[in-house]
Amino acid sequence: MCGIVGLFAKSPVVEEHLGAHLVAMLAQMSDRGPDSAGVAVYRDPAAEGLTKLTLYSPVANEDWRAVAAGIGGEIDSVRASHAVVVVPTDAAEAEARVRASRGDLRVMSAGRVIELYKDIGLPEVFAETFELTDLQGSHALGHTRMATESRVTTEGSHPFSTGLDLCLVHNGSLSNHNTLRRMLRREGIEFQTENDTEVAAGYLEWSLREGATLEQALEGCLDDLDGFYTFAVGTADGFAVLRDPIACKPAVLAETDDWVAMASEYHAIAVLPGADDARMWEPEPGVVYVRDMAAIA
Amino acid sequence: MTATVEAEVVDLAVTPLRDLNQRLHDVALAGEGPSSWRIVNPRGAHAVACGLDAELDVEIHGHVGYYCAGMNKLATVRVRGNASTGIAENMMSGLVVVEGSVSQSAGATAHGGLLVVHGDAAARCGISMKGVDIVVRGSVGHLSAFMAQTGNLVVCGDAGDALGDSIYEARLYVRGSVAGLGTDCIEKEMRAEHVEQVRELLERAGIDDVGAADFRRYGSARQLYNFTIDNAGAY
Repeated sequence: MCGIVGLFAKSPVVEEHLGAHLVAMLAQMSDRGPDSAGVAVYRDPAAEGLTKLTLYSPVANEDWRAVAAGIGGEIDSVRASHAVVVVPTDAAEAEARVRASRGDLRVMSAGRVIELYKDIGLPEVFAETFELTDLQGSHALGHTRMATESRVTTEGSHPFSTGLDLCLVHNGSLSNHNTLRRMLRREGIEFQTENDTEVAAGYLEWSLREGATLEQALEGCLDDLDGFYTFAVGTADGFAVLRDPIACKPAVLAETDDWVAMASEYHAIAVLPGADDARMWEPEPGVVYVRDMAAIA
Repeated sequence: MTATVEAEVVDLAVTPLRDLNQRLHDVALAGEGPSSWRIVNPRGAHAVACGLDAELDVEIHGHVGYYCAGMNKLATVRVRGNASTGIAENMMSGLVVVEGSVSQSAGATAHGGLLVVHGDAAARCGISMKGVDIVVRGSVGHLSAFMAQTGNLVVCGDAGDALGDSIYEARLYVRGSVAGLGTDCIEKEMRAEHVEQVRELLERAGIDDVGAADFRRYGSARQLYNFTIDNAGAY
């Protein structure tokens, strides 16, 4: 069992309070996932040509100024064990610089808008430690984890990056992840954990690299992934949702004039303003749902 | 005899859920107490009005979470909103009405009573139903009435894939299309007695704009291995 939440602001007032809403939703999903929690927040785009990296250091009191200097970047913000650093290069070069100067750091996300924070512990504690309440942004995904397939670690928490400004959260478990991981490693996709969701993220990354659209990559999951899943994918413009054809894992979507929200259970949406009167529906099994700015504008 | 009954109002924004359910159970245990209840601000809470065992009239204003009115006996529970997984699961008797839509496994394993859904029901509606009557104004998802044993499922809209898979003796009535029949489920003749049964169920559900003659009937072909006497020793 795990919990998923997603929130997409359609009004400036929701953008302003995105962090507070996200934290409230996450707290409602604690009972589905008390082991670990994580969020991807889409906010404050870096200028064209620049790359925003979220870095994680396992070392307490990391010297982030030295890290930023080492990769020729500037610190945007530091939250607990994570820092957002903006580097004046493309993403491939920025990540190469991290590997070269500080190979022990983990790149949690890369892109122009995404920031990704995750850690072990209760969701409420995580939200407080990472000071998420004040965050503003256009949209965000969150996850609460109850581990089934691999260890409870920061790296094994969700979301997982699946490419530039892309991330994945997952409720469920995959049974063919070892086979798939071997196939993807041969294709040059790197994995840091034994986690099944990281394989799904790697699968999407590989599929997108091979030229698939996000919709096609998600549709490919229906054929190639064996197991239970409700996926939510964060993109620069919005988010996508997919449930496996058997639909063992729940999901509910809701929309008002001010927001679009997704959650494993409705009580995570009930904390949003105007939820009582929201239009609500359950995503159909085996159908890819993509919501983006263009669709809402 | 009182002409009107003042409803006991419980606000779940301030009253803990366990207190509410305990108060509802206490009426059955003590044999006295308010018979009419109005619950506000459920905000998707799980197990609202579960395990009732008295002739109560409970109206819930808002959306509820999992297993609302589960194990219901005798009571009437009306949800003025949507319900999540397992509404009225294992209901024994009474009436459960949902004015919105419901998620998966509505009426699962229910032995009796009537469940009415005015919106749609998701996957596995009436899974392993054991005598309950279920009337859905909209459509039902895949694997509905999976291993259904007895009772009636009336679907005014469409049914998803694998309807009635491994069904025993339940009767399934669908007015719209069926995406696919499950193993050992077949279409059967709609005789006068069946039209009459659908008419009666629609009437009890308060649905008066749907004609009983428009439905088709589905049920068990009784060809699965469990219907063969030679396999009786396997159980």
